[in-house]
Amino acid sequence: MSGSNTRRLVALAFAVLVLAALPRFVPSFVIYQLTFVGAYAIAILGLILLTGMSGQISLGHGAFVAVGGYVAAMLVQSTGVGYVAAIPLAALVCGLFGLALGFVALRLEGIYLALATFALAVAVPPTFKHFKAWTGGVQGISLPPFAAPAALRGIISGDQWLYLITWCLVGGLLLVTSFALRGRLGRSLRALRDHPIAAVSFGVDPTFHKTLAFAWSAAYAGVAGTLLAFATAYVSPDAYGFALSLTLLAGAVLGGLDTLYGALAGGIVVEFLPFWAQKINPAAPSVVYGIALVLVMVFMPVGIAGAALRFRRRHAL
Amino acid sequence: MQDLAQQVVSGLATGSIYASMALALVLIYRSMGVINFAQGEMAMVTTFIAWQLTQIGVPIWIAFALTLAAAFAGAVALEWIVIRPVERAAPLTVVIVTLGLFITFNGIAGWVWGYVVKPFPTPFPLTPLNIAGIFINSQDLGIIAVSLAALGAISLLFQKTKLGLAMRAAALYPEESRALGIRVSRMLALGWGLAAVMGAICGVMVAPIVFLDPNMMQGILVYAFAAAVLGGIESPVGAVVGGLTLGVLVNLLGTYVTAIGTDLRLTVAFAIIVAVLVFRPSGLFGRAKLQRV
Repeated sequence: MSGSNTRRLVALAFAVLVLAALPRFVPSFVIYQLTFVGAYAIAILGLILLTGMSGQISLGHGAFVAVGGYVAAMLVQSTGVGYVAAIPLAALVCGLFGLALGFVALRLEGIYLALATFALAVAVPPTFKHFKAWTGGVQGISLPPFAAPAALRGIISGDQWLYLITWCLVGGLLLVTSFALRGRLGRSLRALRDHPIAAVSFGVDPTFHKTLAFAWSAAYAGVAGTLLAFATAYVSPDAYGFALSLTLLAGAVLGGLDTLYGALAGGIVVEFLPFWAQKINPAAPSVVYGIALVLVMVFMPVGIAGAALRFRRRHAL
Repeated sequence: MQDLAQQVVSGLATGSIYASMALALVLIYRSMGVINFAQGEMAMVTTFIAWQLTQIGVPIWIAFALTLAAAFAGAVALEWIVIRPVERAAPLTVVIVTLGLFITFNGIAGWVWGYVVKPFPTPFPLTPLNIAGIFINSQDLGIIAVSLAALGAISLLFQKTKLGLAMRAAALYPEESRALGIRVSRMLALGWGLAAVMGAICGVMVAPIVFLDPNMMQGILVYAFAAAVLGGIESPVGAVVGGLTLGVLVNLLGTYVTAIGTDLRLTVAFAIIVAVLVFRPSGLFGRAKLQRV
């Protein structure tokens, strides 16, 4: 296995180099798009963790993204907390919110959880509209554009700085997640997903593991929400409707729920599919997403990344 | 008094709309054990069809009848083409497929009819009725009458006809029914058709109130979920009672509790869903689920 490990390290180093060097060579609009890819990938990673690994479906991840975005925007705008410091704080708030919902989710299985999280996703925008004093109501909150720290000004632009932060977080969170899932924790989650009764009989604590998965996943969605809010420099209730939750779930399913690489594939799909499809018709992305979801569930339930891994294994690449 | 009576009646009217949609969800749940998240969007598309028919000069009631027929045929075809391949898959798979249908229908409606909100003609007279000195909106009464008639017809079908018996048998005991010569797949498709008819009734009734656009049914679907959960998701009677209760409750809360207003009505529905699922998952009329270990 050491040969394949070396090769993996080389591939990883190559990917890091390419991603770090990209801002020098591609137009700034592409960098801006890649920031979105990274942010979506982090949200989808959380969803893969929750739905794929722990078997709890969430149709309401947009709600966590919304909370992350709003918390970050409020922190930056009214408390003077720096942009970068706002990211872990928003993640923490989202994690606690996820923990609370995780306790509710313990009582709900399968489609009941789908139902409750669906209602959460639909209820979030009007709720944010209602508490105008904090959230700015329908207008939302505008932020000053993202800027690089003083030491780096003139060398890289704010957009490039956000791109670098985003992709460092993507890499870091992917590594952390894959290490955490490789051992006992990952086995316990999968056991609870595949055979809850047997898992509990073997001493796996369902309360601990399921609520942990919920909080963990929500924290990732919070990070994604923060990055998206910074990238657009704006949060508003209508950006976080059910469509966002559905888009994230579609990204996770199309990317592949069974592997963490699905997050990267899903992030690319979620950013670029609407971008291209919109050129045909404003409604085309929905139609393409919907049909792709149905086709993938019927013919290729492992998703894009899952199919790619399977292809590689079959051909011993 | 006048105001309260009016609010209760209009709560019953929206409640009977929720009840129709909740019943559609319950029909699918009983036959397949899944929730059809696309139910609301299917209803939205059929409502657009009704609107298109009225635009070319078809009288509203005839357009309504044609729409119901189209809804039935469309849903049977949909079940045949899309749902049958995943009929035996895990519930999560079916849920994601219905979500795929949700997005597809939303996109198709946006593509064909656009996202501009359109008015929808009401099939009922505009003059209020004077009942014992209290003026009641005729539209509200009409909605209640149509919805209750539809609910009654469905319950007669299930309780009093051989076809209804076969459908119930196919839903509860598919293997045994097949052995007795019932075409189980055909019964499932029929269930989808009937659910779509209920959805179409809901859509045409609600469109004059919420107006017509591709996202019109999303809020209604949340209320219908809340109604179905409140009544017990396996119980048709529960869906109706849950829908009416929810309609009146949300309307009164939204009108008289200023802190809730219009924005937080959906939040109330969400809170009801979560509270019922956590504290009494079988709802008001459902039976507690037992699991053999």
